[in-house]
Amino acid sequence: MTVRFTLRDQEYEVRAGMTVRHALLKLGIQPESVLPTLDGELITDDEILQDDQHIHLVAVISGGTISPKQVTFQ
Amino acid sequence: MKCRRCGGKAVINMRQHKLALCKEHFLIWFPEQTKRFIKKYHMFGYQDRILVAVSGGKDSLALWDVLHHLGYQADGLYIGLGINQGNGYSLKSQEFAEKFAIKNNLKLIVVDVAEIAGATIPEAAVLTLRGKGKPCSICGLTKRHIMNRVAYQGQYDVLVTGHNLDDEVAALFGNTLNWAVGYLARQGPVLEEVTGGLARKAKPFFRFYERETAAYALLQGIDYIYEECPHSTGAKSIYYKGQLNQLEADRPGAKLSFYLSFLRAKESGLFAHQDPATQANLNSCQTCGQPTSAPEQCAFCRTWDRVRGRQTITA
Repeated sequence: MTVRFTLRDQEYEVRAGMTVRHALLKLGIQPESVLPTLDGELITDDEILQDDQHIHLVAVISGGTISPKQVTFQ
Repeated sequence: MKCRRCGGKAVINMRQHKLALCKEHFLIWFPEQTKRFIKKYHMFGYQDRILVAVSGGKDSLALWDVLHHLGYQADGLYIGLGINQGNGYSLKSQEFAEKFAIKNNLKLIVVDVAEIAGATIPEAAVLTLRGKGKPCSICGLTKRHIMNRVAYQGQYDVLVTGHNLDDEVAALFGNTLNWAVGYLARQGPVLEEVTGGLARKAKPFFRFYERETAAYALLQGIDYIYEECPHSTGAKSIYYKGQLNQLEADRPGAKLSFYLSFLRAKESGLFAHQDPATQANLNSCQTCGQPTSAPEQCAFCRTWDRVRGRQTITA
């Protein structure tokens, strides 16, 4: 029941069933600093994460995002 | 989340505006807003010749794209900084700028720093004490000088840059922490021309959050350099952006409100007479002729003369 997030060369996993925003906050990633995409399409951060999804995060802050917590499983 | 305009599936939610939009309506909304800001802040008109400073990144290419589609006469300027150690950053970013220009049949002026000044930015950074070995200081100084020179000599009516609200608010935050009133007095969406060599400058994206300009570039299919300048790691502006985004997460609209309140305060006279670049305070640089607040040479000429002098010594 996990969802994979990638941001640049970092990879994270969270449990399915929470919103994208909730997952980002849990991972210590500022929601304002990324755009979440699913299958190449932009999605809003109220989407409920489904099992086995891969969310690719596009960094939007020039210079990269402020270091997220090194969390691999929440 | 549903699109406020059509009820379809939203692709972006702008919490500060309480506005969620689908792809189709975001791609209509974004240029409409740009056009509105250009008019509201009297930036330029359809008859003006515009020079867009293009880095190959999302903001500047999105800006060039929007201006082109809105029907403005906009040429591009790419400055080759020679930052190619590691990931070939400058070469890659130039390629993105050139591809965009060719695809849209637009004119791109390319200026290579090493060709006109004698060294790349990383080489110059090592040879000058400016920035304590970090190239960002000499890089900013050099880019500002070249942008101004090309705009002025090319008789462009205005030089535009892709600065977004996050860039502006980070600079405002830094300047406020230091009470740098001279910088605060000169910060704003439009900088008027100074007779004798300082081109008019405007920032049409200054009210968009950085994620909105990125969303436009992605949704519009603009290819831009995703990698960051290798020297940006640890930059103060990035740290400030992080702090401000933390505030924004708790209080949607905080960044926009901070900046617009600053502009209103400035308009009502705060920082009046603090601008160091008023006509009365400026001299002509003895080397290049550009206006400067220094008595003899401008900072650009002074710094690069020092770089070339040290090149000769170390050769």
